[in-house]
Amino acid sequence: MTASPSTDLTTLGLSEARDELRKKSFSSVEITKAFLANMEAARSLNAYVVETPDKALRMAAMSDEKLSRGEGGPLEGLPLGIKDLFATDGVRTTACSKILGDFTPNYESTVSSQLWRDGAVMLGKLNCDEFAMGSSNETSAFGPVVNPWMPPNWTAERAKAAAAGTDKGGLLVPGGSSGGSAAAVAANLCLAATATDTGGSIRQPAAFTGTVGIKPTYGRCSRWGVVAFASSLDQAGPITKTVRDAAIFLKSMAGHDPKDTTSVDLPVPDFEAAVGRSIKGRRIGIPREYRVDGMSPEIETLWQRGIAMLKEAGAEIVDISLPHTKYALPAYYIVAPAEASSNLARYDGVRYGLRVPGRDVIEQYEMTRAAGFGKEVQRRIMIGTYVLSAGYYDAYYVRAQRIRTLIKQDFELAYADGIDAILTPATPTAAFGIGEKSAADPIEMYLNDIFTVTVNMAGLPGVVVPAGLDDRGLPLGLQLIGRPFDEETLFSVAQVIEDGSGHFRASRWW
Amino acid sequence: MTAHINPKKLIKGATGDWEVIIGLEIHAQVNSSAKLFSGSSTGFGAEPNSHVSLVDAAMPGMLPVINEECVAQAIRTGLGLNAKIHLRSVFDRKNYFYPDLPQGYQISQYKDPIVGEGKILVDVGPDETIEVGIERLHLEQDAGKSIHDLDPRNSFVDLNRSGVALMEIVSKPDLRSSEEAKAYVSKMRTILRYLGTCDGDMEKGNLRADVNVSVRKPGEPLGTRCEIKNVNSIRFIGQAIEYEARRQIGILEDGGAIDQETRLYDPGKGETRSMRSKEEAHDYRYFPDPDLLPLEFDQAYVDRLKAALPELPDVKKARFIADYGLSPYDAMVLTLEHESADFFEAVAKGRDGKASANWIINELFGRLNKEGILISASPVSADLLGVVIDRIADGTISGKMAKDLFDIIWRTNADPEAKTGRLNTREDIDVLIEATGMKQVTDTGEIEKLVDDIIAANPDKAEQARSKPGMLGWFVGQVMKSSGGKANPAAVSDLLKAKIGLE
Repeated sequence: MTASPSTDLTTLGLSEARDELRKKSFSSVEITKAFLANMEAARSLNAYVVETPDKALRMAAMSDEKLSRGEGGPLEGLPLGIKDLFATDGVRTTACSKILGDFTPNYESTVSSQLWRDGAVMLGKLNCDEFAMGSSNETSAFGPVVNPWMPPNWTAERAKAAAAGTDKGGLLVPGGSSGGSAAAVAANLCLAATATDTGGSIRQPAAFTGTVGIKPTYGRCSRWGVVAFASSLDQAGPITKTVRDAAIFLKSMAGHDPKDTTSVDLPVPDFEAAVGRSIKGRRIGIPREYRVDGMSPEIETLWQRGIAMLKEAGAEIVDISLPHTKYALPAYYIVAPAEASSNLARYDGVRYGLRVPGRDVIEQYEMTRAAGFGKEVQRRIMIGTYVLSAGYYDAYYVRAQRIRTLIKQDFELAYADGIDAILTPATPTAAFGIGEKSAADPIEMYLNDIFTVTVNMAGLPGVVVPAGLDDRGLPLGLQLIGRPFDEETLFSVAQVIEDGSGHFRASRWW
Repeated sequence: MTAHINPKKLIKGATGDWEVIIGLEIHAQVNSSAKLFSGSSTGFGAEPNSHVSLVDAAMPGMLPVINEECVAQAIRTGLGLNAKIHLRSVFDRKNYFYPDLPQGYQISQYKDPIVGEGKILVDVGPDETIEVGIERLHLEQDAGKSIHDLDPRNSFVDLNRSGVALMEIVSKPDLRSSEEAKAYVSKMRTILRYLGTCDGDMEKGNLRADVNVSVRKPGEPLGTRCEIKNVNSIRFIGQAIEYEARRQIGILEDGGAIDQETRLYDPGKGETRSMRSKEEAHDYRYFPDPDLLPLEFDQAYVDRLKAALPELPDVKKARFIADYGLSPYDAMVLTLEHESADFFEAVAKGRDGKASANWIINELFGRLNKEGILISASPVSADLLGVVIDRIADGTISGKMAKDLFDIIWRTNADPEAKTGRLNTREDIDVLIEATGMKQVTDTGEIEKLVDDIIAANPDKAEQARSKPGMLGWFVGQVMKSSGGKANPAAVSDLLKAKIGLE
């Protein structure tokens, strides 16, 4: 695509914008202004919780200077959104929780600092589920994010009216926890956004919004400066409009960080070079255990369509078994809350964030944490505390860790058999309505992660690519799971799906 | 459990003898310039909250990174305790809420510590050495400090200590008296200081102990134990055990039962009191810290550290006995601190070991203790003390004169404004001996005159001495007195014997 004067710059993808900026078709300040205007017009979507227009324009002007000299990094002048889980120096960072109040760090997460190092422009902080705990972005202290995809058969007027309300009732969720990131990318409120994924928080929102999201291998990106949810599962990654965009973005996010001892000291490959690479002869596994009860026939159809595309591109399709898949979700909901219950202990009202005074320190803890944490976060802290308690630890935590090992082994066996990547559905359904599941049994919500949590439990890379629409016209995604540190294969295979499926863009109604 | 029961260690109760069983958990601050998981300084006495990194304050998104020097120190200590070094260990989180614990958990090692079982030898007295088993050693973070007495309504927190590396060294319940426990802590402190892995400064809290005490009738199974937390002096450890053992015996003899609980020792009142019961005990919800990979290193790394270890007190003590002919007790005293041992060796080099040991233990240690000076700052250096001993050996001065000489050297060198200037060399000392007229009179002619004079003045006593040789001492004393103490006593004695006709 070439940007003509009439082109809406915000509809460009990251790679297109990068190429055009280098050709000086427009300036960073111009595209930044275009995004700032979109952001202002889209406030009813509630994607941003902090907008940083001054900072953005300053950064853009500096980028333009560099670009004019023919200099600049790989992301020079590209306006991005940052999930509120990433600490940003001088910009409020709250993980969308009341307990952090107006917390403004004086440090920058490693991942975001690498983006600025590479020349990117910061537009603001993106909404998410509180402490990344949720699958619909409804647990955010700043309220739900609206999916730019309109509910089927709604008129723009009706959607606009609903979006104007605080409960946004009836509109669709963007998924979670990176709902703000996915919605912002889908609604052209940034070129791309950072996100994090503990059980599917990048991939499920990508599937719900028709965007691309990759959770790289655990250890690929530094967790330093990212508010922790479950340390052994958390991993940062990008949400973008295209596979190529994700490859470019991930290259800047990734890399060894001595400040995170779980980050891996491996060279970061040129992921973009893998985009478009032939997948001829690659062996793609189709796990039978992912054909779950209650999965809609459309998902099955989508899956088959994906298989056909890969076959056509020369890949070999192999039926495989990942026998411990069914234990992944329950085990995940032990491991993740256990770690969270400990990770969130630091929010005690003593040093920063919210403090509700009490008669003594115990009461201060109780009042602060009762007022500061939302319902879902409290639920997970209680689950986590319970499963780690004396007398329950062996029955829950230890067994869950054993299951985790078995899940890992399932994948290792498949890869040892020569499987290069595994193709699965991304979610059991398309996006659901705001309020539709949040009021119900929490298990209903947790089931959204059924196809994605195994990947976190095994520490593997997983990418979700839009692959079609359901019969109501809502986007659906397919997931590819790769070998450890082989994101390149994922990018190659994902590009084939993207080429075969085309792009899916929400039309603007807000 | 030890099969031998030493009756001397039993405590007499109303219903018979009781055996006290003691185990200690020593918390030793690791000698390291930086904290266990952050680069902050471990310096003591800084402004509150001036040694606090983002990690120490548990800011959102912060991650611990292990300080390799602390790991090396723990391995060195394990080697010094003759213990098994675990090539793979795991850091766990110990979860509890307290304002001086910013993370809401302490990073510690629970199931898989870096060091396993070991043992050390402990001298309980001049004639008794016991072996004490080490259960384990693990690394953990220290907490910060809560300050409750600055303001009537608010408490303050100082995080300078938060995250400083501690080694928790757990003994087996092998100790049977407060004396043994005190000797064990003292020996542990010596070993740590030799190794340079902990400065052992108990006043600063860099070495403190939790003391587990239970009592039983000899031969019976172990009784219920109480844990006395955070005792920070060897003397208090002894007092706390004595009190606690008697308290437990009292309860049991009155037909009561011991509640398993955590207690505090109040040195002011000399008693322990309940801090929390077993029911109130925290559930720490230990689990492996997911921010940290298991700690792994290879045997070659351990071997390299082992090769570089200094000579440890037991080996040094044995060598002092064998090479210098010292008594086990003197060897033990001299090896308590490696600085003393080094001082001794510097003095004893080319000299009589026993004489050197006597001078150091009796004169030097006495003076250092009295004036509260460390041996490293001794005004009388090893070289100078050596000269003093040399001058006794070659007969230049008497033993008594030598003590005066030692005192002069001490006072001169301890006085920063001494007019004569510091005494530094052998020549300085010899000049001093000349100048002060300390030089012993060995000129027989001179002594002979004195002897003759005394005999002439006391003919009746001289007569008595012929039948009562014990009188000779009186004559020696008189001659020495008239010589101003400068006569060589041996020469005086010989002359007197000849003149009085005792031979």
